[in-house]
Amino acid sequence: MSAIEPPLALLAELTHRCPLRCSYCSNPTELTRAREELTTAEWARVFREAAALGCLQLHLSGGEPTARRDIVEITAAAREAGLYSNLITSGVLLNAALMARLVKAGLDHVQLSVQDADEAGAERIGGMRGAQAKKREAAALVRASGLPLTLNAVVHRQNLHNLSALIDIALDWGAQRLEVAHVQYYGWALANRDALLPTRAQLDVATRIVDEARLKHRGRLVIDYVVPDYHAARPKACMGGWGRRFLAVSPAGEVLPCHAAKSITGMVFPNIRDTSLEAAWTGSDAFNAFRGTDWMPKPCQGCEHAERDWGGCRCQAFALTGDAAKTDPACALSPDHGLLAAAVAEAGETRFRYREFS
Amino acid sequence: MTPKFAPGVRLHEDKARARWIVMAPERMFIPDETALEVLRLVDGARDEAAIVTLLAEKFAAPAEEIGADVGEMLRDLIAKGALRE
Ligand code: SF4
Ligand code: SF4
Repeated sequence: MSAIEPPLALLAELTHRCPLRCSYCSNPTELTRAREELTTAEWARVFREAAALGCLQLHLSGGEPTARRDIVEITAAAREAGLYSNLITSGVLLNAALMARLVKAGLDHVQLSVQDADEAGAERIGGMRGAQAKKREAAALVRASGLPLTLNAVVHRQNLHNLSALIDIALDWGAQRLEVAHVQYYGWALANRDALLPTRAQLDVATRIVDEARLKHRGRLVIDYVVPDYHAARPKACMGGWGRRFLAVSPAGEVLPCHAAKSITGMVFPNIRDTSLEAAWTGSDAFNAFRGTDWMPKPCQGCEHAERDWGGCRCQAFALTGDAAKTDPACALSPDHGLLAAAVAEAGETRFRYREFS
Repeated sequence: MTPKFAPGVRLHEDKARARWIVMAPERMFIPDETALEVLRLVDGARDEAAIVTLLAEKFAAPAEEIGADVGEMLRDLIAKGALRE
């Protein structure tokens, strides 16, 4: 195998605590308790080691990162380590005083999540009353602070019809960037897949809306949008390749190749409390298991796309086939590709029948 | 004109890869040598003329020549969203 490249970005999952209860949340069902969470000093150490290892970007995430009382100190530690920090927040705990302290601590960017465009829908999906108004306030606070704002909307069958309205919200709230992300199906979301998976027709409409909005708002709003796996012929490069660009640290200190990697049962991950970040990145079995192309099965082995998509998503391969070392079924060349088509047909059919009889 | 970095944008030394990099929300780019010389002098207080003077001294080159290059470079960085006037 060629030399191991240094990582570019670190996702710090500061806590699993969160006032919201999204049905597609990627946190594991076994949530880490507050007293098991890494301390401020431990996070500072992780940030220093990440920067020394080559990380440039840091995503402060959760759960809800601002649920930690030391979020300002953590942000300051990130700046001190020389990392570019991005706060990924639901915004519901943000207030003017906290915003000011975060800016002073050196925060670089805020990414605010929205669950839906209409208030009732958003509060049903997120499971918290009054959340939408708080988010609107949070967006105003970020804007007033002078920091750039990205809005992140997770879309699925239940809210995709509101995509135009979500784009309007992004403009109205003053975001420079809108990320439209499709639900990833493992864990909770996999259990709810039939209710969440969009139909092909819904997707075609969504793609058209995004294309039109990109043109119309050029120079004002950047829209990130990727066609979801279940409707694509090629998988996405998981995190730019397992152990290649990205690493995550969980609230209790586990070092993960992706935030969802713990969904692969049986895999053992190094913990920052027992080892250095560098040892975890370069020397651990977990990171080396799917690094590069040597581990690949057919049809990935020797495939011309192998170094472009790296065989797709390991968590998705595991969720759908029970084997993390298989080709991602999102790939049309995978012998398991039929699993996705079947899921789409089923979800689409339910909807179609519903329409027929309604 | 007094250029300054756009919100959320900063110049950062990428020590692990021995290069400088412009960090921005959800993206980064590697400035070429000329852009890097200019960006290192952008502090929100120095105006274009001051930047030109410093670079002319550093490279022992006529200010008029440097001035044209710097002006173009600044406009390009503004168009990229890295700088503001
Ligand atoms: S076979 Fe593997 S490498 Fe080739 S396109 Fe499919 S997932 Fe990618
Ligand atoms: S393995 Fe899959 S779930 Fe995990 S990060 Fe990669 S793409 Fe995502």
